[in-house]
Amino acid sequence: MKLTVWTYEGPPHVGAMRVATAMKGLHYVLHAPQGDTYADLLFTMIERRNHRPPVTYTTFQARDLGSDTATLFKDAARDAVARFKPQAIIVGASCTAELIQDDPGGLAEALGLDIPVIPLDLPSYQRKENFGADETFYQIVKTLAKDQPKTPRISCNLLGATALGFRHRDDVEELTGLLADLGINVNVCAPLGATPADIARLPAAHFNVLMYPETGEQAARWLEKTYGQPFTKVVPIGVGATRDFIAEIGEITKKDLLIDESRLRLPWWTRSVDSTYLTGKRVFIFGDGTHVAAHARIARDEMGFEVVGIGCYNREMARPVRALAKEFGLEALITDDYLAVEEAIETLAPEMILGTQMERHIGKRLGIPCAVISAPVHVQDFPARYSPQMGFEGANVIFDTLIHPLVMGLEEHLLTMFREDFEFHDAAGASHHGGHAPKPVATEAVEDSAPVEVVEATGTDVMVWLADAEKELKKIPFFVRGKARRNTETYAASKGLQQISKDTLYEAKAHYAR
Amino acid sequence: MNVPALTSSGGCRTAPVLKERGQREVFCGLTGIIWLHRKMQDAFFLVVGSRTCAHLLQSAAGVMIFAEPRFGTAILEEADLAGLADAHTELDREVDRLLSRRPDIRQLFLVGSCPSEVIKLDLHRAAERLTVKHAPHVRVLNYSGSGIETTFTQGEDACLACMVPVLPETQARELLVVGALPDVVEDQMLTLLAAMGIGPVRLLPAHRVDETTAVGPNTVFALTQPFLGDTHAALQNRGARHISAPFPFGEEGTTAWLAAIAAEFGVDKATFAAATDAPRARARKAIAQASEHLSGKSVFFFPDSQLEIPLARFLTRECGMTAIEVGSPYIHDALHGPDLDLLPAGPQISEGQDVEKQLDRVRAARPDLTVCGLGLANPLEAEGLTTKWAIELVFTPVHFYEQAGDLAGLFSRPIRRRSVLKLEAAE
Repeated sequence: MKLTVWTYEGPPHVGAMRVATAMKGLHYVLHAPQGDTYADLLFTMIERRNHRPPVTYTTFQARDLGSDTATLFKDAARDAVARFKPQAIIVGASCTAELIQDDPGGLAEALGLDIPVIPLDLPSYQRKENFGADETFYQIVKTLAKDQPKTPRISCNLLGATALGFRHRDDVEELTGLLADLGINVNVCAPLGATPADIARLPAAHFNVLMYPETGEQAARWLEKTYGQPFTKVVPIGVGATRDFIAEIGEITKKDLLIDESRLRLPWWTRSVDSTYLTGKRVFIFGDGTHVAAHARIARDEMGFEVVGIGCYNREMARPVRALAKEFGLEALITDDYLAVEEAIETLAPEMILGTQMERHIGKRLGIPCAVISAPVHVQDFPARYSPQMGFEGANVIFDTLIHPLVMGLEEHLLTMFREDFEFHDAAGASHHGGHAPKPVATEAVEDSAPVEVVEATGTDVMVWLADAEKELKKIPFFVRGKARRNTETYAASKGLQQISKDTLYEAKAHYAR
Repeated sequence: MNVPALTSSGGCRTAPVLKERGQREVFCGLTGIIWLHRKMQDAFFLVVGSRTCAHLLQSAAGVMIFAEPRFGTAILEEADLAGLADAHTELDREVDRLLSRRPDIRQLFLVGSCPSEVIKLDLHRAAERLTVKHAPHVRVLNYSGSGIETTFTQGEDACLACMVPVLPETQARELLVVGALPDVVEDQMLTLLAAMGIGPVRLLPAHRVDETTAVGPNTVFALTQPFLGDTHAALQNRGARHISAPFPFGEEGTTAWLAAIAAEFGVDKATFAAATDAPRARARKAIAQASEHLSGKSVFFFPDSQLEIPLARFLTRECGMTAIEVGSPYIHDALHGPDLDLLPAGPQISEGQDVEKQLDRVRAARPDLTVCGLGLANPLEAEGLTTKWAIELVFTPVHFYEQAGDLAGLFSRPIRRRSVLKLEAAE
């Protein structure tokens, strides 16, 4: 038993959902209690998907446990196949259903469906989301891939992109373009956008691009072993890594590859004199293993930062991340305990964090700027604009991402020069951020100590808030309080009132109700 | 006191109810922790469950509240299930650690989950043991928020119900108001009751454990939320009597709710009018403005929070809408009856859910507004339906007079938004 406040990864069946939701023509029948359907909102709200995830839940309740949950599962599976007409289904159990041991795989097999049924065995009490996605994709590939001749032209598959992935949508587009520039077709991209029929065609490619080892490595290894398809080991995030990735493809395809780098801006942007202030900034890097490894290299070699801490939350990547940390003369922090990460950051006191949404909040608390470089994702990690991490455009995007949270060069100097300045002071933060609020410290103190009623009111344009109204106003959440104050004053002015009482406040509220 | 008139066409109390079983697209009762932990400021909610439970709380919270929240999950691991580790010993250790780190905690709720229920981990026994160990500083209680036993808001019901047996006994004739309300709303309610000379008023849940909520044979209680069925039963077991009334949503609901209490306490007409006339007029005005975009439109409720019936009553009677289907996870006649009486006949009342069939019905009916959960809202918007996600109704101050306009506004905003967006090319 382990006390957890926040988690970096969901349970493994959420990983399976990420694969199912990424694909088309596949359905997931999940034996799960009522309430587990919350997972749908990860996709419809965080990722703003306009379709429900293709998942049917049995949503059993306590009264079903005494009777027959197995029949419930069989009915749900049969109904789902009839309604959604998928090309294949995956079946499995969430944590609770695992305990009642109904064997969804066996039950679905017994239905005699005329489509492939892929059973998933995802141990909920041992493993987590990334494992769930990796294992699910592997089982799908193993079941559906069909031996077939290679495509006449050189082609590859893109492996590992899922729903709810950190910038997966744009990485796929960027790499597809990059590969096209190299004269290489994408045979199948999977799981993202693939149908079961597409999965069958995977063996037709000449090699595989393993985009995200977290969610695609088992499948890539199996395809290498079974169909002799080599897969790329370099993840093309950052300038150096993208160039290495192209060189690796050159070796795999035994071709001299030339690439047009005219879109790549990071090298000049980082050399230009405005970037001098980045030199030696102390950064702490935490996230999934793949993104952390890529960003360690970017931070040191492409931004000129000093890396003072490295770690990842997914134990599967512990070994490479430990080795990488050693190379940087550091000890890696491998943990999924957010309090341990916070403690490490507090101790190291870096000038910037490259982390996840969790570290963004840690940074907020400790007053350290943070750039988000990895999952777990948040609605903000699905921007409307094109914003890849991979390839040349990815490098450009990352340059912007990493400097945005920082105080700009000259401003930093002003901060040092005018320590007590009312606009440039330590607590204010970077001036180009919304949170930047030059606090009128002195006035606030006056407001607190002096009763509001005794404030001298002269002239018709002076509005006085009576104590009870002021008190009531404070109960309104801070983010709408300003609006409420303004509306009330406008309303009071229109009525020729000079004193605002609690009633005025609510009269105004009613007046502006929409 | 003008109690709202019953509808001439007859209400929905005796209308046939469509009872469905199938996939239920609802949260489990753990979700209630998100608001309960803000309400009870000395309480900590310790879920004994799986990674899924922790992930749900994190995702349902939407915006993660990182200022060390007063809830957490003791995640069961392989060893706990295999019996290698005594789960009770493990739990005691985690609780000791938590309480030593957080001396501000005065009440600890051990919250059961689907896995803890299925493996029959006896949290009641654990709570008794831990209460003895940590008394008098900390009181330890337990309830189940599991999805196999509770739906969404039933989690609050289970939590409040588990507090009832340990409330102190009183012989005083007092009003107990039950249901977690936002502070601003609670204060307004107390002001209204005070203006009628009713007091002292006791609250469940109270902000802190030391406060003076007690119960006994002379207690009368009013519910502010329509999902408190078990708490209702637990209070009756302690001898308290329920003041049955429509729920205080909208001007009419609030007036009816207050009138029932006023009648119980013998408040005269003039006093009642003096206390309520001004806010009633404001509420009516605000609703009239906010419902400009609602009048004449149709609404369809998916079952979610059990607020559906009182809200349908508000939207149809005060905002001029027509209800097509009003789905609720559960219907209790003792709680929902007064609102059903007032809801004009016509809509299909449904209890439980088979989400695929209900989606077929909503697509066929194409209502002007669909009230549904977060998992369904964007997909239905993409199909051209206008939606209001239901969870916001639980997280926003919507009760009583001063919020009546806001409540109408929650429903009118999506409709208004659809009409203001101009995304097509100019002709």
